Amino acid sequence: MSRGPAAVAGEVSARRNLGLSAAILSGLALLALILAALAIGKYPVSLADLGGVLGHRLLGLPSRVPAAVETVVLQVRLPRIVAALVVGAALSAAGATYQGLFRNPLVSPDILGVSAGAGLGAVLGIYLGLPVAAIQGLAFAGGLGAVALVYGVGLAVRRHDPVLTLVLAGVAVGAVLGAGISLLKVLADPYNQLPAITFWLLGSLSSVTLGDVAAILPMMLLGLTPLVLLRWRMNLMSLGDEEARALGVETRVLRPVLVAGATLVTAAAVSMTGVIGWIGLIVPHIARLLVGPDYRRLLPASLILGAGYLLTVDLIARSAGTIEVPLGILTALVGAPFFLWLLAAGRRGLG
Amino acid sequence: MLLRVEDLAFGYGNRIVGSGVSFGLEAGEILCLLGPNGGGKTTLFKTLLGLLPARAGRVHLDGADLFTLSRTAVARAIAYVPQAHAAFFPFTVREVVVMGRASRLGPFSAPGPADEAAAERALETLGIGHLSGKIYTEISGGERQLVLIARALSGEPRLLMMDEPTASLDFGNQARVLMQVRRLARSGIAVMLSTHDPDHALLCADRVVALQDGRLAACGPPAETITPELLRGLYGIDVVVTSVPGLAVPVCAPILD
Repeated sequence: MSRGPAAVAGEVSARRNLGLSAAILSGLALLALILAALAIGKYPVSLADLGGVLGHRLLGLPSRVPAAVETVVLQVRLPRIVAALVVGAALSAAGATYQGLFRNPLVSPDILGVSAGAGLGAVLGIYLGLPVAAIQGLAFAGGLGAVALVYGVGLAVRRHDPVLTLVLAGVAVGAVLGAGISLLKVLADPYNQLPAITFWLLGSLSSVTLGDVAAILPMMLLGLTPLVLLRWRMNLMSLGDEEARALGVETRVLRPVLVAGATLVTAAAVSMTGVIGWIGLIVPHIARLLVGPDYRRLLPASLILGAGYLLTVDLIARSAGTIEVPLGILTALVGAPFFLWLLAAGRRGLG
Repeated sequence: MLLRVEDLAFGYGNRIVGSGVSFGLEAGEILCLLGPNGGGKTTLFKTLLGLLPARAGRVHLDGADLFTLSRTAVARAIAYVPQAHAAFFPFTVREVVVMGRASRLGPFSAPGPADEAAAERALETLGIGHLSGKIYTEISGGERQLVLIARALSGEPRLLMMDEPTASLDFGNQARVLMQVRRLARSGIAVMLSTHDPDHALLCADRVVALQDGRLAACGPPAETITPELLRGLYGIDVVVTSVPGLAVPVCAPILD
């Protein structure tokens, strides 16, 4: 049964149209989620009031809602929502990239020690009593430094499979950094610093400002650019080093570029919000179950799902209980059962 | 000459696996690589693919030094067919086959309709067009091997390098793969394959290269080269090589005592 190029082209464009409508649909769903997140909270805002605030700010209509409502929506909720979208998307994209690069479904963005490095940097900053911006700076530098160290070890040890060497070096360096974090926790003042350290290590969006988001946005975009541009090549990277090279991919250039991109994105996210576990591990799996393993669709799907997932989790974190639950706890509590359900439902996508 | 290997030494790092290997390969020719486990076949393949640097000697691809060519340039001419493996992620067969187009695309571009069409053509050439929507990890080992050959073909190479394409396949699928190899060679593609079965060399090869302890043990037309003496030297067992009625080429069988 031979099919002409016209039939093939028709099929291809049919798949494209399907992808386009899926993209529009998921974009609308995300928009609805954002509006819900602006309205829901300890101080409920009606949809009419929300419309008033948005109309005033976006369209320049005369303001007809109390100033308090506008403050809640724009000063309190908007920064958290923007941060949740950016961080969720970034961690998921980084996780999807790392899972492909390391050909392992258990890989999360922390695989090369970025979270441990950022954690040590932030904990050191809290221990030394530094201001917030300095803590964030130290976290960012710690994350990049840890990955640079791991990558350096990987380059120095040339006797084994380069990918395996990287993973093992990441585990070893992560252990050392984790020991450093534990040491600082023991040394820290148990009434002031220790709670701050614990809270930071579990991740939170509660004190994020739009200024924080603006500060990390350039790094995010810089890191995401190669991931997005090279996403079809990621398919080939997931075949392993030798096969990818035999197919004409210069992995010696591509791998460091992709690792650098994913690391930059993760370090920037973690430096702002603390360590939020599970997202980078689980969202790429959910995306793969929904759209398959082809990174042309997987990466955009991971970005959108990650943004929506963290937004949802943060919405629960700030509205469910009387105290705010750290995000790291909720991402696991919400994510793991959902993940198990998907696993049992048995769509394709796992290795 | 498409590929010319001159006095090549190959190995990993400081460890030399083989040396003094010379042979040539023309378009449309099938070269079969024989040799015991650990004889250096896979290392030789990796070196000829440009994945490992040569320790000494030269490899010319169309007269150009292979090791000065870019990965893209090598991959456009030489396609590699690994042993059928389980890919890590459940790509569709179509997605796997179109990966063979990588060397024909810019670094930031994804395959377009022309590449999809080339992938479909490659599948049709091998008679497995019906597999294109299936999941690669869910098809049989024989089908996977054919899909990997289709992936190699989709890049429109002039030379196919196949590392034990018949290993781990059942009797029927082994014959099917060998038939495809012959068809591809007739269409002008040069094929270099390794095998553990000297009968496969007798059935389809134009030339046999036997590798033992990293050295060239023999090189020539299969019917003259594959002798009981050579096979005893390679594998350390006694073998009968005899002609049988109804078959144009001789067959080999080990003597069990």
